[in-house]
Amino acid sequence: MSSPPFFYKTAGQWTPWLAGLSIILLLVGLYGGLIYAPTDYQQGESYRIIYIHVPAAWMSLFVYVAMAVSGAIGLIWRIKLAEIVTVCSAPVGAGFTLLALVTGSLWGKPMWGTYWVWDARLTSELLLLFLYLGVMSLYSAIPDKRVASRAVALLALVGVVNIPIIHYSVEWWNTLHQGPTVTKFDKPSIDIRMLVPLLIMAVAFKVFYVWSLFLRIRVELIERERNTQWVKALVQTK
Amino acid sequence: MNKSKLTAAFLALLKRDLTLAFRHRAELFNPFLFFILVVTLFPLATGAESKLLQTIAPAIIWVAALLASMLSLDAIFRSDFEDGSLELLLLNSHPTSVLVLAKVLAHWLITGLPLVLIAPFLALFLGLDQDVIVLLVITLLLGTPVLSFIGAVAMALTVGLKRGGILLSLLVLPLYVPVLIFSTNAIEMGASGLPVTAQLWILSSLLLLSITLTPWPTAAALKLSLS
Repeated sequence: MSSPPFFYKTAGQWTPWLAGLSIILLLVGLYGGLIYAPTDYQQGESYRIIYIHVPAAWMSLFVYVAMAVSGAIGLIWRIKLAEIVTVCSAPVGAGFTLLALVTGSLWGKPMWGTYWVWDARLTSELLLLFLYLGVMSLYSAIPDKRVASRAVALLALVGVVNIPIIHYSVEWWNTLHQGPTVTKFDKPSIDIRMLVPLLIMAVAFKVFYVWSLFLRIRVELIERERNTQWVKALVQTK
Repeated sequence: MNKSKLTAAFLALLKRDLTLAFRHRAELFNPFLFFILVVTLFPLATGAESKLLQTIAPAIIWVAALLASMLSLDAIFRSDFEDGSLELLLLNSHPTSVLVLAKVLAHWLITGLPLVLIAPFLALFLGLDQDVIVLLVITLLLGTPVLSFIGAVAMALTVGLKRGGILLSLLVLPLYVPVLIFSTNAIEMGASGLPVTAQLWILSSLLLLSITLTPWPTAAALKLSLS
């Protein structure tokens, strides 16, 4: 299963399906979120950005954890593919984090009156982005890619232990420094017509992650294994 | 028998690093001077208004300490990496994590402790009250070793690289955030007369966590960097 040629072939068969599924889910979720879901009585139409913001924020954490788990698997069992999953997840996760930050601050403009508030969630998301960027630049700084991916796996593990500490320390800092800002989801309930599109979007983002991960892994595999027999055979048949 | 050998190795390494540091006195003072210089820059930049300085003094001192300890990280492994003694350290039969512990401890004694000792004077210049200064020193005592331990992991990951400098700050600074938050928060709360035991307990637990957990990834990262 984790042998490079096999994975390359299987991932190639999977990608069109994943692409189709994620695009359909995204379209359905966006339709549900932007048109079907009712207007919020307090925030008006501008709350609709949550259909991008919230799934992106969820994914930013999910991808980091996935990165650390596959990093641990790669370090313990020396599985090449797990190392590659770690490495290829980082840019995707950083993208989700950036998306969450940008949409968060866009939402902040009409709600808070300013693009940026040193709100606990936004700040810890910003620190998460720095953690991602650290992982990515460490990977590109080490010339030997095998060594680099194991270094990255170690860093991801250290990071994943620190994320809860950072998160709670930022929350502590924020609540003691300034009064509580508008918290979006501490409302007792959310209308089911609002919730369903949100969940669809969450699933769509997950499928999208797997899709882009597979694309990246395939490229990374060819690049790393370019001197092996199967890649040479692949190039010749094309 | 085996245990006492390990203790002997730990102490020998500690002694070696301290001796080496004291033989290079000029380098020894660099982080220390940097710390003082950065703190001096703030009154110049904000103007000598004592009220403002007094409010931001803990932040100034802590951020300066953070930067100074980050800049000094290079000294933990760099020279040993370059002259090959790091390789010998990894080859011997003792567990690397324990040896790493000795090296980081030595590093903190050389670079962290002087910062803690000079901080009260700087705080005095910035107009902090005596009670607050005591609190500042306590937070520095608990916090700066954490910085050294966390920094050692990142340093071990980047020691093999030619230009690790900016990369190191990107790796290290986000991980320093909790220490910064709890320390400055403790000082701020203490200054307004509120209890700060919670913050100090958290800082102590961060210290214990970093002593027990970071030597392993550091040792693993060193092995990677030397492979």
